[in-house]
Amino acid sequence: MIGDTLSRIGRVGIFLVRVLRHAGVVFTEPRAVVHQIYNAGARSLVIIMLCGLFVGMVLGLQGYDLLQRFGSEDALGVAAALGLLKELGPVVTALLFAGRAGTSLTSEIGLMRATDQLTAMEIMAVDPLRKVVAPRLIGGIIAMPLLVAVFNVIGLFGAQLIGVQVMGVDTGAFWSQMQGAVELDDVNEGIVKSFCFGVACSLVAVYEGYHAQPTAAGVGLATTRTVVISSVLTLLIDYILTAAFLGR
Amino acid sequence: MKPNRSLEIGTGLFVLLGFAALAFLTTQLPGSGMRLGAAQGYKVLAKFDNVGDLKAGSPVSMSGVRIGRVEAIAFDATDYRAEVTLRIEPQFDKIPDDSDASIQTAGLLGGKYVGIGAGGSETFLADGGRIEFTQSAIVLESLVNKFFANFADKGSSTGTAPASDAAPTKE
Amino acid sequence: MPEEPAVAASKEAVVRVRGLHYGFGSRKIFDGVDLEAARGRVTAVMGPSGTGKTTLLRLITGQVAPAAGSVEVFGREVTTLDTAGVYSLRRRMGMLFQNGALLTDLSVFENVAFPVRAHARLPERVLRQLVLTKLHAVGLRGAAELMPSELSGGMARRVALARAIVMDPDLLIYDEPFVGLDPVSMGVIVRLIRDLNDALGITSIVVSHDVRELASIAHHSYLLSGGKVVAHGTPAELDASPLPIVRQFMSGESDGPVPFHYPAGDYHADLLGDGKERPRS
Repeated sequence: MIGDTLSRIGRVGIFLVRVLRHAGVVFTEPRAVVHQIYNAGARSLVIIMLCGLFVGMVLGLQGYDLLQRFGSEDALGVAAALGLLKELGPVVTALLFAGRAGTSLTSEIGLMRATDQLTAMEIMAVDPLRKVVAPRLIGGIIAMPLLVAVFNVIGLFGAQLIGVQVMGVDTGAFWSQMQGAVELDDVNEGIVKSFCFGVACSLVAVYEGYHAQPTAAGVGLATTRTVVISSVLTLLIDYILTAAFLGR
Repeated sequence: MKPNRSLEIGTGLFVLLGFAALAFLTTQLPGSGMRLGAAQGYKVLAKFDNVGDLKAGSPVSMSGVRIGRVEAIAFDATDYRAEVTLRIEPQFDKIPDDSDASIQTAGLLGGKYVGIGAGGSETFLADGGRIEFTQSAIVLESLVNKFFANFADKGSSTGTAPASDAAPTKE
Repeated sequence: MPEEPAVAASKEAVVRVRGLHYGFGSRKIFDGVDLEAARGRVTAVMGPSGTGKTTLLRLITGQVAPAAGSVEVFGREVTTLDTAGVYSLRRRMGMLFQNGALLTDLSVFENVAFPVRAHARLPERVLRQLVLTKLHAVGLRGAAELMPSELSGGMARRVALARAIVMDPDLLIYDEPFVGLDPVSMGVIVRLIRDLNDALGITSIVVSHDVRELASIAHHSYLLSGGKVVAHGTPAELDASPLPIVRQFMSGESDGPVPFHYPAGDYHADLLGDGKERPRS
């Protein structure tokens, strides 16, 4: 069991190195990478914004309810900003990414495997790792932090909407307390997390697709595995990174 | 791969939006960042002995209604006091020039804000005007110290049992 | 060894397979296969389903490594080549997949242009000429702007054929080119295979079990069964072969040396038993 897990981690790691050897596609075939940023990022944008708004609004309600018990509802801005920047933004975005972009990456690559497209490339002496996998992995890695940033801004807007417009927290207090309490390190923590989640979720998605059994059932299974593994991995990495950042 | 213009424009928009959001988060949220937004209204200055944790952006209110915000806090090295610049919104232009300003706390743990109490003068504060009567922030620690000091004094004078326990440690 | 040397020594072999052993786990697919594909000839590999015909192609193209034996392509041993070596060999090969394996997100034109773009920097004008010439050769110049999803099975296979020959390969490999085609499309593919071979002098390997179509285009045929080459020769020679397994395969009888039944226990015992006494499980 432990041996299986280790060898699996090893295989994924080797796969990552093999794909990243082709990181040059960013320069040699920028158009392919742009295409994948579009697929992974721009096409997830609407769902990310929608969810960001609702998460922010919930933060506004819950934060207000909690803080007003201590008479500190002015601190709502701080609570919402730190909650979004450090945790909710990166984690929720990564989970949504796994469900939206990750599954489509896996099923796309898996179907290419099942219909011999990857083999055909190999026979044409074109490495599918370079032509298919690398642009998708890199596109996902680039898209994730941008999605997280959009999620955070929309989320803050949502929290402000509820807290200030509905619950009557003072705008100035909301923003000034936030600006007083949020450090650049908090923002950086969120960016580091979102980058790590981007690597993890994109890697899992392309790995599962590339190694899917070349049948309809195999592709379906790989897609499910992508969601499950990405989600668990996201939360695991989140814990490790949080502990590391707090321990500094 | 064939060029696809709408796809490229879509990606460009997404990337721009993402970077704009990133820029907003890194510059607007941390207190050390820059501020956006044109200031409205007129400026009033007030000097305080102690501003506590009053921040630029904190509200300025009168009778509990917000009329403006703190624009800047500076330290005046000549008289060792904090000079606070308040920006009052233009519709609140009938504030007597002998009004007083005090730094108050919203709730037990809430943020600080500047409260203005109306004076009786016939002339009003104008841009660049100065509020002369100020009351500094109440620092919670000194309040607590004062409270315990009073408590100890009272205890030693009446000579009750629990206070006599406290008295030797005080003296 | 049951076989004599496959081809007369005067003809140079482009692909030479010797003593090939291969298997998945305990299941043996090849148990000592020898075959050769002569330059400029059409070599057919026939056999019942499940005899590993597609696996043979994967071994020749270096996608999988054999357990034992040698696979020589263009005079180089595929089994010992590194990835770069295999890739450089593959640049001289073209392969037609069973279902075409067109890249679904590219148009017909871009599919045919794909290997050229990957390996050569040609001016767009020259590339266009090249691609349209190849599409014209398979009769689909008019379909250049269609997407693969808009093509019928026969058209997809012809596009794939155009893609396979766009780099002017020395060796063309066809994996089940006749499966699932209507008679007209089948006739078109048969004609194309023959024409390409005659006009360009390409060495071809065709894997199939469509005996009649193969007979009209193959110069030399191999019949695989049970992990071995059971017979080989010209189509006429195979037709005249007295071996029962060859007779059965060439004439399509349902039972014979290739059993109709998958190996099973005694039929009566199986029917009359209560199901609990099945020998396996």
